[in-house]
Amino acid sequence: MDVLITGIYILITGSLLGATYSLIAMGLALQYGVARIMNLANGEMFIAGALVAFWVVTSHQLSPYVSLVFVVPGAFGINWLIYRYLLRPLVRRAKHRGQLEVDSILATFGMGFILVGVLREVFGGELFSYSYLLEPIKILNNNFALNRVIGCLVSALVCGLLYLGFYKTRAGMAMRAVAVDPAAAGLVAIDVPKISALSFALGGAVTAAGGVVISTFLTDMDPSGGVVFTLKALIVVIMGGVGDVRGAIVASFILGLTETLVATLVDPGFILAAAYFLFVLVLLFRPQGLFGRRRA
Amino acid sequence: MTRNEGIGWMLAVAGFGAMAFLPLLEDADYLMGLALNITMFTVLATSWALFSGPTHYISLATAAFYGVGATVVAMGFEVLPFPVLLGLAGLAGGVLAALVGLATLRLSGVYFVIFTLGLAELIRQLVSWVQSNIVEVGSIQVFTDNSDNWIYWELLALAALVFLVGWLIERSRLGFAMRIIGNDEVVASHSGIHSAGSKVILFVISGFFAAAVGAVMVTKIINFDPDTFYLPIISFQVVIMALLGGVHRLWGPLLGVIPFTLLWEVIENRFQQPMEMFGVEIVSAGSLKVILLGVCFMLIVYYIPRGVVGRVETLARRLAPGGGASHG
Amino acid sequence: MLSRMTGFIKMSLAGAIVFALGLGSAGAAETIKIGAVAPKTGPLAVGASITHWPNIKLWVSQVNGRGGLRMKDGSRRKIQLITYDDQTNPTEHIKATIRLATLDKVDFIVAPYGTGFNVAAAPHFAKYGYPQITSTSITDKIPQLTKRFPGLFFTLGNTTAFVGSVVEILAKLRDQGKIGNRVAIVNVAADFGIELKKASIPIFKKAGFNIVYNKSYPLGTQDLSPVMRGVKASNPDAFVAWSYPPDTIGLTVQAKIQGLDVKAYYSAVATAFPVYRNKFGKSIEGVLGAGGLNLDSPALQTYMADHKRVTGKEADFWASPVVYATLQVLEQAIEAVGSTDRKAVTAYIKSGTFTTVMGTWKFKNQVIPSFWTVGQWQNGKFYGVSSTGMPGEKPVAIKRGW
Repeated sequence: MDVLITGIYILITGSLLGATYSLIAMGLALQYGVARIMNLANGEMFIAGALVAFWVVTSHQLSPYVSLVFVVPGAFGINWLIYRYLLRPLVRRAKHRGQLEVDSILATFGMGFILVGVLREVFGGELFSYSYLLEPIKILNNNFALNRVIGCLVSALVCGLLYLGFYKTRAGMAMRAVAVDPAAAGLVAIDVPKISALSFALGGAVTAAGGVVISTFLTDMDPSGGVVFTLKALIVVIMGGVGDVRGAIVASFILGLTETLVATLVDPGFILAAAYFLFVLVLLFRPQGLFGRRRA
Repeated sequence: MTRNEGIGWMLAVAGFGAMAFLPLLEDADYLMGLALNITMFTVLATSWALFSGPTHYISLATAAFYGVGATVVAMGFEVLPFPVLLGLAGLAGGVLAALVGLATLRLSGVYFVIFTLGLAELIRQLVSWVQSNIVEVGSIQVFTDNSDNWIYWELLALAALVFLVGWLIERSRLGFAMRIIGNDEVVASHSGIHSAGSKVILFVISGFFAAAVGAVMVTKIINFDPDTFYLPIISFQVVIMALLGGVHRLWGPLLGVIPFTLLWEVIENRFQQPMEMFGVEIVSAGSLKVILLGVCFMLIVYYIPRGVVGRVETLARRLAPGGGASHG
Repeated sequence: MLSRMTGFIKMSLAGAIVFALGLGSAGAAETIKIGAVAPKTGPLAVGASITHWPNIKLWVSQVNGRGGLRMKDGSRRKIQLITYDDQTNPTEHIKATIRLATLDKVDFIVAPYGTGFNVAAAPHFAKYGYPQITSTSITDKIPQLTKRFPGLFFTLGNTTAFVGSVVEILAKLRDQGKIGNRVAIVNVAADFGIELKKASIPIFKKAGFNIVYNKSYPLGTQDLSPVMRGVKASNPDAFVAWSYPPDTIGLTVQAKIQGLDVKAYYSAVATAFPVYRNKFGKSIEGVLGAGGLNLDSPALQTYMADHKRVTGKEADFWASPVVYATLQVLEQAIEAVGSTDRKAVTAYIKSGTFTTVMGTWKFKNQVIPSFWTVGQWQNGKFYGVSSTGMPGEKPVAIKRGW
């Protein structure tokens, strides 16, 4: 009986964690998979969303989810501008994909640092923490935090919408085409620069929305804490297979479950080690990712 | 030896000689502090460039190596003499680099960047776990006989060594192989060059030096605890300094380290109090430094992709048409 | 000839840098320069922004409000404060300390924030003869450190005393039949957390406690739910966390969610922070934590009110007034000596008696022997319940649910 309850606990806690990872990872999957930008400022965009939510809650006493109303369009706009004016020139001048990767990594590193500095100036260096729905909810003999459960539902909603958009709309089809082969997509009358910009902006918006969700249960948010999330997102995207939204979702859940499993049954000190172990396994046995196609 | 090489050697010997002389001056503590920082980052950035220059792989593992070196000394300083530990630390850095390299260097550069991005944090957590559960030691006070002057000379010696190693590599089969790999990896593999192996060797060398620097620095900082040694910011600083200077010349990173360290120092002094305008705080030194780091990254990508060295060389070529190369 | 050459080189180098830094004009005649290096950014910045920096600001504004520090000749010299951010990076910290001593040529330096940074800075304080009156520094290595550094002073206590008080409180509750014998221990795998845990296990065992859970988690763990679930499953009567600021809050969150029903709940650093109460409100009633104060002391009440008024922030209920008290020690020592003679000031600190917000202080072998060890949230205030000889200890109450 105890084993069963623990199993259920790991399954649900892991899924709650996985749902959180899926938002930031889907953001990166869109940016790297479609727009071909390895965005290492992803975690900072995530933290920016979280801090805006914090501000909405503490200075206006509103629900953190209200902030989605302007976080999502705001992040979309900012990321569109970033792509259009800072990254597009890099795409244009890159002779091959390797050069674009190095350039985009360095450029987005720079953006990440600038964003950290700006966030620190705007929000200060205090302990960011607020309480939202800090109540237990009982599911199958285990207690879970209500704010995490709500966060998971919101994440599922966003993921569902994105999935539909990706597979059921024309723009989604164009994105998938660009993800497979930008050059070929251009030949069939797809406006590749426009679709890339759209994907990058959408990815940024999803990431920032993820920040809003996580702010409802994270106990401390630090302007310079984004790199941890960037790392998790990168691992998930690589694990899932570049350019595949389904892969990112599945990999998020694998990562969330593995981390919870290790923390519960082995030792909380090995969470990151477990993530790395997964990463190395993928590198050694399936470098193209779970859903990825082998690159020519 | 060509005339240029002769001048290079003379400059190097004169430079190191002058630097080695610094601690003997009276009341030069402040300059010594600056020189120590510059020397430390020169070793880190130059050894980083030995690997990243020819391979185009961006390594963010410097902090991990640096921390490993410090850990070795902290764990063993009561049992073993410091020179032995210094060697062991370098060895540990080299072994770590070999493991990481073998797992990731056969694959694309992105995997490598991601892997090294979290490496320092991973090792920090593992060392903390060992400290908490096995040896049960919080922070370790590393009191050694290593005086401030000696610490400086040791770093200077490491700097000399890294330049020597770099110079030797350029003249070796390895350097030749790397130049071919750097130009076209496919051609390299067709002409029988074992490219992954060559990359791993270079990575091991850079790991060795970064770990040795960490080993020396822990005797300066005295208090060892993983949270203040596996600092990711060190990795980023090294990358930016090396790229700013330029990685396709051995002495390139030096031209990044010096201006960057001095600029950092000026900011620290000028903006020690928050900058105010109309009674409103505009920007504080901490934020400004982070922003500056970001701006430098972007500057390099957009305007000086070949670093200060690249700019200087282009300028030299323009000033002396036809014969410009002789200045390089 | 050679020495003149080197002198010239040195002068011109230093001159060039000073010129570049624009420091030539600094330093009006009648001030005392005081430097401070501590984190404004990085992992320790949160703690320093609550406990360390506001007190320096408060002290400087109060001293300067009085017209400055009184010198032997009857004149008063205002404080000119120079602060640097060490980014929670020891290399930067040492660099900044040397800069204060050599370039800014400050008269005194405020001791750093945190035990590790105090150790890292100690050789440099010693080299330039600055007294180092530490406040936020707790360790069991005090005897070795004070012997090595004769200008190093400790005021907040040592690890064993902190741990001993916690065990003593729990043992008393058990012997009164209020709690059982089962104790669950967790610790953050970082220096202070490890040191506390290591010291605590033998003391708990010696007191006859049954340790039913004992695990560490890394600094910066996002989700402490698995930890708290393990704690709850071990069915403890008392819970002890040797924790740091973010995880102190994270553990309380999970204790509430999982419904950890213990009659004694202790967490270490940050339990005494006002932000802890602001986040959890009434539910933390009865939580035990490191520190505590005698809030009935009029001097302390005045200090708390001034702190709020001048810095706009509430002081914490543990180390804040201790930081302030170390600055009072420095102030009174400088005024007693009547000059900025660092040797004389250090000698005076060793032997003198000081009136501080923490009561009367007299160093014994460079250490203040009486300090608060455990506090408890009672009616929205964090009162001291255990100490090594402080007046005003309150009785310990039982924790009743969340």
